[in-house]
Amino acid sequence: MDKKKKRLFIRGAILLVLAAAIVFALTSKKETKVLAVGDKAPNFELQDMNGKKVKLSDYEGQGVFLNFWGTWCPPCKKEMPYIEKHSKEFTNKGVQVLSVNIGESEFKVNTFINQYGLTFPVLIDKNKSVSRNSYNVVPLPTTMLIDKNGVIKQIVTREMSEAEIVSLMESIQPE
Amino acid sequence: MSKIKCQCGHENPFGTVLCEKCGRPLTDEAKKSEMVDMRYEGSARRSQTYKKSVIDKVWNFFSSVKIGVSIIIAVLATSAIGTIFPQKFYVPVSGNDPSEYLEYYERLYGTVGKLYYQLGFYDMYNSWWFKILIGMLGTSIIIASLDRVIPLYKSLTKQRTKRHPSFMKRQRIYGESKVSDSDESLKNAEKALKDLHYKVKVEDGAILAEKNRFGRWGPYVNHTGLIIFLLGVLMRGIPGFYVDETMWIREGETREIPGAPGYLLENVDFSVETYSKDKADEVFGEALDKNGAIVSEFKSDVKLYKEKEGSLPGSSDVEFMKEYPIVVNKPLKFDGYSIFQMDYKTGELKTMTFSLMNKKTEQSVGEFTIDLNDPANDYDLGNGTSIELMEYYADYDGIVDGQPSSKSPIPNNPAFIFNMKTPEHPDGEKSFVAIRQTLEVEPNDYEAKFLSAETRDASGLTIRKDKTLYILLLGGIVFMIGVIQGSYWQHRRIWIQKGSDSEMLIAAHTNKNWYTLKKDLDKVKEVATLPTYTDKQDKEAVIDTTEGETK
Repeated sequence: MDKKKKRLFIRGAILLVLAAAIVFALTSKKETKVLAVGDKAPNFELQDMNGKKVKLSDYEGQGVFLNFWGTWCPPCKKEMPYIEKHSKEFTNKGVQVLSVNIGESEFKVNTFINQYGLTFPVLIDKNKSVSRNSYNVVPLPTTMLIDKNGVIKQIVTREMSEAEIVSLMESIQPE
Repeated sequence: MSKIKCQCGHENPFGTVLCEKCGRPLTDEAKKSEMVDMRYEGSARRSQTYKKSVIDKVWNFFSSVKIGVSIIIAVLATSAIGTIFPQKFYVPVSGNDPSEYLEYYERLYGTVGKLYYQLGFYDMYNSWWFKILIGMLGTSIIIASLDRVIPLYKSLTKQRTKRHPSFMKRQRIYGESKVSDSDESLKNAEKALKDLHYKVKVEDGAILAEKNRFGRWGPYVNHTGLIIFLLGVLMRGIPGFYVDETMWIREGETREIPGAPGYLLENVDFSVETYSKDKADEVFGEALDKNGAIVSEFKSDVKLYKEKEGSLPGSSDVEFMKEYPIVVNKPLKFDGYSIFQMDYKTGELKTMTFSLMNKKTEQSVGEFTIDLNDPANDYDLGNGTSIELMEYYADYDGIVDGQPSSKSPIPNNPAFIFNMKTPEHPDGEKSFVAIRQTLEVEPNDYEAKFLSAETRDASGLTIRKDKTLYILLLGGIVFMIGVIQGSYWQHRRIWIQKGSDSEMLIAAHTNKNWYTLKKDLDKVKEVATLPTYTDKQDKEAVIDTTEGETK
């Protein structure tokens, strides 16, 4: 190789590596990763109220309406009856409702289920590892809409109206 | 670019001032000067040669010492500014609301504080421009070093023992005169120089005595250390290399450890111990009387669990690893992580004990204890008496929308709805019980009376992991080696050669500490007849001139 070209090449390579290092320093953040629309929903395994183990991957091929909630959270209470109301008809259309309570006692969750007559699986995240670590849920309620391929289609971090719930469930309905 | 061919036949790269081999001055400027700049052996600094493409221009920019010093000054100045007011990390503002930060700086430091916030100095060590500045510093160090160390190395390895007289004449220390027996002088000088631990090369009636060339590499070793250090800091951004997290965990809770995926921690017990008079030495008695309780130990007894291989988040499929009492400065260590005791909270309600009283007789028919974090449905008191827990509100907040409600899942203000089943009332009597408050739909015969409560503590822990620590240490060590190398070893060279007739030439150069170089020369002169030399920079004769090449 001609010397001039070689010099240009070496200099270019060194500068490129250094520029890459600076870009890396600027973009790498120590903050915990936050799930975003388009990400694959992390799999998890939690127990339902009967002690049965439920995995997210059990519902592959179906849309999953994943709702994180607490018994003390007023908007959760407001939207829950609507979720219950539409969960049954959508189960037949291939959309499954999974609701994850964040680390409350079985007593509280059971009273809540009885009060609202919930029929879909209610899972308690006892160690908060699914909600806090895998899904990094901060405000309650948070709802993740997961399509049949396990990809997050939408993240809702507030109370949903009945109409919204229906259209969100429709959005992840497999054809 | 064309090469410069020296009279001696050696081809030098474009930009060379002194021939790499014989030392003849090659530029007009060097030819005219009385003394040449020996800093980089008169070699061609690449940076000053080609200025054509964009890459060359960028390269030349970073190669410049002026630019390098400017970057250092900029880093120093901005780093100093960052210490004027507290950084964001130390500001006691909850949440991440920018307006609260602005308010904080404005309230405490006025307009200057506001400006400080608005210019981004409040979080400057994480700001993009500060990172870029540091990146430019690293770039400058690497390129400027490469551009100097390579030509310097080349000219030092190519240097010839016999230099051209024009090179000798332009050295700071130079002398020439006739001597009676030049061969004898050379032989004696050679021996004397060897005794002074010089590396001596003899060639064609010329001597090159050299010592401590090693010292010339000091600055570059030093720069390598800096680069290793910067790389270490950079590597903190790679996942798994650096963790600095905090967690709050209550007694009895098991939580996934933030920053350490796959590991869970259970807080078995937190305790604070104080010095007591009977346990401490007698001399401390007075101090203990005066100050009251002095804490001797903050301790979290914890159990560490690991999720089994391949198990999913949330599954209870965990493996017990170890039990450990975390005390201040004695962290729990596992898999590169250290968990430190940092903080604690006390007084959160854990259980409440009630007594079921017959209102008329004021007799207790039994007691029951409710675990506030895991209440049961029924509490059997025997003899056909039981308490059914109908509702529980951990943090009772009054009636909202016609229903009693709790504002959080934490038992700050517990309230209950009991159904008290007794032989007299097998269907039960309902009662709403909160702290200092009992409501009944209709007057009951029995009431649940609060007896006592237990509280639990919470431990504040910090999770640390730093795989870059040893890299930083290595960087620091290499840095220091470079500093020492450059400071305590001086590169000295002495040239002696026969001139025409019985003339002899002597020249010497060092990068620092000329005084000792001259002392060496004087010692050689004691045993060998050599010309007297003059130090061109030493106008007052013998004044110590120790400054030389500075980094």
